[in-house]
Amino acid sequence: MEHFLSLFMKSVFVENLALAFFLGMCTFVAVSKNVKTAINLGAAVIVIQTITIPANNLIFRYLLQEGALSWAGYPSVDLTFVGLICYIGVIAAMVQILEMTLDRFSPTLYHTLGIFLPLLTVNCAILGGTLFMVQKEYTFTESVVYGFGSGFGWALAIAALAGIREKMKYSNVPDGLRGLGITFITVGLMALAFMAFSGIKL
Amino acid sequence: MAATKPLDVLTDPVANNNPIALQMLGICSALAVTSRMDTAVTMSICVILVVTGSNTVVSLIRSQIPSSIRIIVQMTIIASLVLIVDEILKAFAFTLAEQMTVYVSLIVTNCIVMGRAEGFAMKNDVKMSILDGLGNGIGYSAILLIVAAVRELFGSGNFFGIEILKKTADGGWYDPNGLMLLPPSAFFVIGLIIWGLRTWRPEQVEQE
Repeated sequence: MEHFLSLFMKSVFVENLALAFFLGMCTFVAVSKNVKTAINLGAAVIVIQTITIPANNLIFRYLLQEGALSWAGYPSVDLTFVGLICYIGVIAAMVQILEMTLDRFSPTLYHTLGIFLPLLTVNCAILGGTLFMVQKEYTFTESVVYGFGSGFGWALAIAALAGIREKMKYSNVPDGLRGLGITFITVGLMALAFMAFSGIKL
Repeated sequence: MAATKPLDVLTDPVANNNPIALQMLGICSALAVTSRMDTAVTMSICVILVVTGSNTVVSLIRSQIPSSIRIIVQMTIIASLVLIVDEILKAFAFTLAEQMTVYVSLIVTNCIVMGRAEGFAMKNDVKMSILDGLGNGIGYSAILLIVAAVRELFGSGNFFGIEILKKTADGGWYDPNGLMLLPPSAFFVIGLIIWGLRTWRPEQVEQE
């Protein structure tokens, strides 16, 4: 239990996908203009991460890994090289399924998330999470924790950035820096703050 | 941005409509691989190859793709190209590939590739799409290389791993700025580049 708790804290703070690995930056910068949409998007990312990372973990373990196909009688087959296409396929499919499920059972949530749901397919944080999971060879349970934690960390970061940007409206930013420029510098400062966690070994 | 002349299509994305500085595309990988020149150069080459390749293929088959499944078709094309680039890199430059960890694979979700396939290659002929892919690849690389040059030079006093500024630790005069090697500095450098670019081209300034 302790192990999973520390893995969770690590994926939220120390290895924050947005601020330590710069994943999902395009959406991060583009959709952080107000807190409400940012939180909705963050929630969508948490859900997708918690589903896709364990799903990809199973695919990696039982289909792609070297020797994984031994149950089907092919002990020497190594399919890791097609991993990328499989993962992105799983992500696209999961996003689609989630979209349909939400549309059927929770139309309000579906409408709040709106356009962000399909866009998540091309969010690098999602694919990045899966690739890190494969690289670090997490077990299935670990991958569930990691999926939830990394999604949560990303949501936390985008909500915080949106909060700062809402306040920024009242400040007098030089012309050339307005918009994208100052956002970059803000994100840089936030990343610096998150680096304070990096020495922590849990 | 109705650029019609072939040369404009090629040069427009470099300064006027830069994918990173103006279109806000492909930022993720731009930040992560720029602490050294060699990884930045490799990344640039990979992205130029993939974006040109995917633009070409998408443009070639653009009239055959049914619009309802175009995203999946584009994704498959892009993923296959990235797979090829990734495998080539692992075969011929293994140490570099190790350093860049997942970021080569992440070109799949790099919005530049997808954005250009969807926004340009679906509507234009092959020749223009190739030029557009090249131009955007070069515009992306330009920012990447500037950031990497600044970060490596000031962060470790090196350029392509060759010592330029002699460090105090070896009896020289330059005290390396550790911040430049850390991820946040990439944000500052890009922020400043955008500031510079928009001061030079005031029409890019965002309105409130």
